[in-house]
Amino acid sequence: MTRLIPIFAKWSAIWYGRSMSDQASVEAPYDYGVFSFASKSEVLDKAKAYWNPGKTQFWIDSGVPLVIDRREEYFIYDMSGKRLIDTHLNGGTYNLGHRNPEVVQAITTAMQHFDIGNHHFPALARTALAEAMISSAPTGLTKVIYGSGGGEAIDIAIKTARHATQKRKVVSITKAYHGHTGLAVGTGDERFSKLFLSDNPEDFPNVTFNDLEAMESALQNRDVAAVIMETIPATFGFPLPAPGYLPKVKELCERYDALYIADEVQTGLMRTGELWAITKEGIAPDIMVSGKGISGGLYPIACVLVAEHAAGWLTEDGFGHISTFGGAELGCVAAIKSLEICSRPETRSMVHYLSDFIGQGLRRIQADYPDWFTGIRQNGLVIGLEFNDPQGAKFVMRHLYENGVWAIFSTLDPRVLQYKPGLLLKPEIAEELLDRTEVSIGRAWAEVKSLRGPR
Amino acid sequence: MSQTLVEMPMEPAGVPRGRAMVERATWASRAFATYDIDSVRRIAHAAAIAGENHAREFAELAVQETGYGVVEHKVLKNVACSVGIWNTYESHDYVTPTIVEGDKIVEVPRAAGVIFALTPSTNPVATVYCKIMLALLTRNAIIISPHPFAKGVCARAAYVMRDAAVAAGAPDGVIQVVEQPSIPLINALMTDERVDVIVATGGSPMVRSAYRSGNPAIGVGPGNVPVLVEKSADLPAAAQSIVASKSFDNSILCTSESVLIVESAIASGFTVALAKAGAFLLSPEQVDVVRDLIFPMGHFDTAWVGKSALEIAAACDIKVPKGTLILVAPIDLVVPEEPLAQEKLCPLLAMVTVSSAARGIEAARAVLRNSGRGHSAAIHSQDARVTMDYASALPVLRVVVNVGNSLGSAGIQTALAPTMTIGTGFFGKSSVGENLQPKHLINRTLIAYNSNKSILMPDFTDLNPWSAPQGSVPAYPIASNLEGAPFIPQPSAPIEFAGTDDLREEIRRLVIEELRQIIKG
Ligand SMILES: Cc1ncc(COP(=O)(O)O)c(C=O)c1O
Repeated sequence: MTRLIPIFAKWSAIWYGRSMSDQASVEAPYDYGVFSFASKSEVLDKAKAYWNPGKTQFWIDSGVPLVIDRREEYFIYDMSGKRLIDTHLNGGTYNLGHRNPEVVQAITTAMQHFDIGNHHFPALARTALAEAMISSAPTGLTKVIYGSGGGEAIDIAIKTARHATQKRKVVSITKAYHGHTGLAVGTGDERFSKLFLSDNPEDFPNVTFNDLEAMESALQNRDVAAVIMETIPATFGFPLPAPGYLPKVKELCERYDALYIADEVQTGLMRTGELWAITKEGIAPDIMVSGKGISGGLYPIACVLVAEHAAGWLTEDGFGHISTFGGAELGCVAAIKSLEICSRPETRSMVHYLSDFIGQGLRRIQADYPDWFTGIRQNGLVIGLEFNDPQGAKFVMRHLYENGVWAIFSTLDPRVLQYKPGLLLKPEIAEELLDRTEVSIGRAWAEVKSLRGPR
Repeated sequence: MSQTLVEMPMEPAGVPRGRAMVERATWASRAFATYDIDSVRRIAHAAAIAGENHAREFAELAVQETGYGVVEHKVLKNVACSVGIWNTYESHDYVTPTIVEGDKIVEVPRAAGVIFALTPSTNPVATVYCKIMLALLTRNAIIISPHPFAKGVCARAAYVMRDAAVAAGAPDGVIQVVEQPSIPLINALMTDERVDVIVATGGSPMVRSAYRSGNPAIGVGPGNVPVLVEKSADLPAAAQSIVASKSFDNSILCTSESVLIVESAIASGFTVALAKAGAFLLSPEQVDVVRDLIFPMGHFDTAWVGKSALEIAAACDIKVPKGTLILVAPIDLVVPEEPLAQEKLCPLLAMVTVSSAARGIEAARAVLRNSGRGHSAAIHSQDARVTMDYASALPVLRVVVNVGNSLGSAGIQTALAPTMTIGTGFFGKSSVGENLQPKHLINRTLIAYNSNKSILMPDFTDLNPWSAPQGSVPAYPIASNLEGAPFIPQPSAPIEFAGTDDLREEIRRLVIEELRQIIKG
């Protein structure tokens, strides 16, 4: 019953005017219209009670008790009002900033006319997005299939490859991360598959990243449907493909009749200074997956782009993959706008400037902490910072958080911090970000040293 | 039935893209502002040469696109505003710090940052060239918003200079063009707080709104040029230069003579000289016909901007000699209700006769009461006293003597700074009273020491904070584990929205309507 009071207060405020609304703010300082909370601790308690106790506790224990409230541009605000520059961006979901006004406008306008749409029929926004996608895609990709998230899109890509090759095996790298849905989870680390009894190494063999011999031996029996590759493995901490590695993998795929699936969920959409990172490798993939940023961070959607020679099932049985929300038309509108912004020459130029600027700044900081800040893995605005401690990035993450920056450690290699500044970050915020980063890296080093020291 | 979306309050078409250009320019200007003088000279020189190489091509295109002006004359202006400007300033330095020894002061030039430049349809390419040259000489990034009537040729001209500048080491994004200018877009960019200075050449409404924008602005108003020929003048020479100047580019420069004021003692001799030089003197009846054509209902018809004297005569059924360059329309008085005493932007020159030089000065002041305050005036005279009286009595900031005003006040046939942007100063409600030149686009940081003689200033000679760029700016983002020349793929094509074309067309139509009213050189 008490839960209803703030809502009642809000409505009565509308009916009875200001005095009630003052009362409401005492009752529920965090009033969001359709729901409200009295305090941040109420949220955390209820998140544990009703949502995910493990995750909620993990962040409290990590010194990052963040509950994101307001969000705009590249800033997120904790419920306490604390401002953070977001360089996690959920892996690129917020490439264009939080609630990018252009994307908000596009969706808001579209909502006067569109909804999710009917997934069985040809549809206006789906068709328009597909055309825009193909016109800006690496050569050879001709069809678009939609999912509601990256994992589903990866599943679609795998199903498509299996149909096209009539083979079952999918090769990925050790510590790959392609999502947690039915098939995608099989390609990744067993931490996530074994938990749900979904590990299946028979069908999803792993090979070491940057090891061409291992790749060749995995493929040479010609029983592999596809190799799936993040162009730069994100959750593994952005280890960079050795020069020539990916083109060689593509060559091996051709030699052994396997398809090449490029997972551009994190690396796509101008993150590396070209719309699709895979084009910087000179590769025309058979299948390419885009997710995260294509949603504009506002309406979930993911896309699978398929070359004609792999797209047979779309003709043979167009109902082969059904997804009520996949390709929701409002999501398509968000995607068209996001793709348009990402593909602007101005955006490309700014990403080049920003990569150059941030790269130089990081190298300056690195020069001050050579024993601690041991590596910078960078391709455009895909940046991984390596620290000289098995859990190094967690220390830096916490100090960054204290100093107003949100960046996350790499789940599958916590030495490495994922550092992904927004594509449209303004120069003055980039300067501020580097200032904060410098201080935080220094403080994290002091902490690590003091922990090591006494022994 | 075609369905349209319900309109939400949203930024007009093109505005978001325009804002992205400003942001790109911000990055470019940050980089450019640290370049050294040698790099700046190499870049400006390269742009100047590229501009000159295309001077004729763009002169032809400009006449084609706008329908006005004279190719030959535009070639001359295009050359003057590319290599001409380069030659004027090649030995100037708006980059390197200088030491004022006695005062213990060091001056460090600082670029303005992002220039938003509005350029007119009348001198389209020359103004684009001019502003780009001045921007490059001062290490500023520039966004050009051309007049919609000339947007095609202006974009091409700017891109030619851009490509040459970038090839010579200028940062990416240093020169950009608003390809689809519209009033809402121009307003949005003018008021964007990342713009550091607006340089507006165009009609008064546009210049006024530049000043209202809240950003620093250098705006220049219209001209309405009086030219006095008094009795000491060399009549044949004066006639020659007035006719040449008035017919130059079919009179679409804002510096073109508008009202000729002749002392009566020499009037008859001078009209003979005018006729010899290619002027056709209209009879009173013909003046009425021409007035009705050019100023129907008393309002200027922009259809006649930059049309030739022969075209105007033909439209009025007036037989004129083949070689006629200008039409001279005698009027009684310079008064507000006489439309011919306004700016005309075509080779039609009003003429009044006055009893004395003193009366002539009064007439010239009357011309400037109509419009053109702060702009320019010309006089043909051998008499320093009369010239001083004329110059000190008129509310203008340049008076050129014994030379055509078109190229005289533009600094092409005088020692004034060569420019297509004539500062009209306080008289003309502008922040700049000189011809636009590099010094207007920089500030200087002054390092000032204690003036106490016992406190010495150390040696600043050879201390230079600026340097040459290392490779392309910005560096192409190659992966950090790669070395050597990057493989750079063909960038993906930008996505164009089919759906916004209608909107764009509608805006274009509105803009053209609006600009018809305010078109000015
Ligand atoms: C490279 C990559 N692929 C796929 C996915 C899965 O996307 P989603 O979380 O939307 O299912 C992710 C998510 O982190 C990813 O990083």
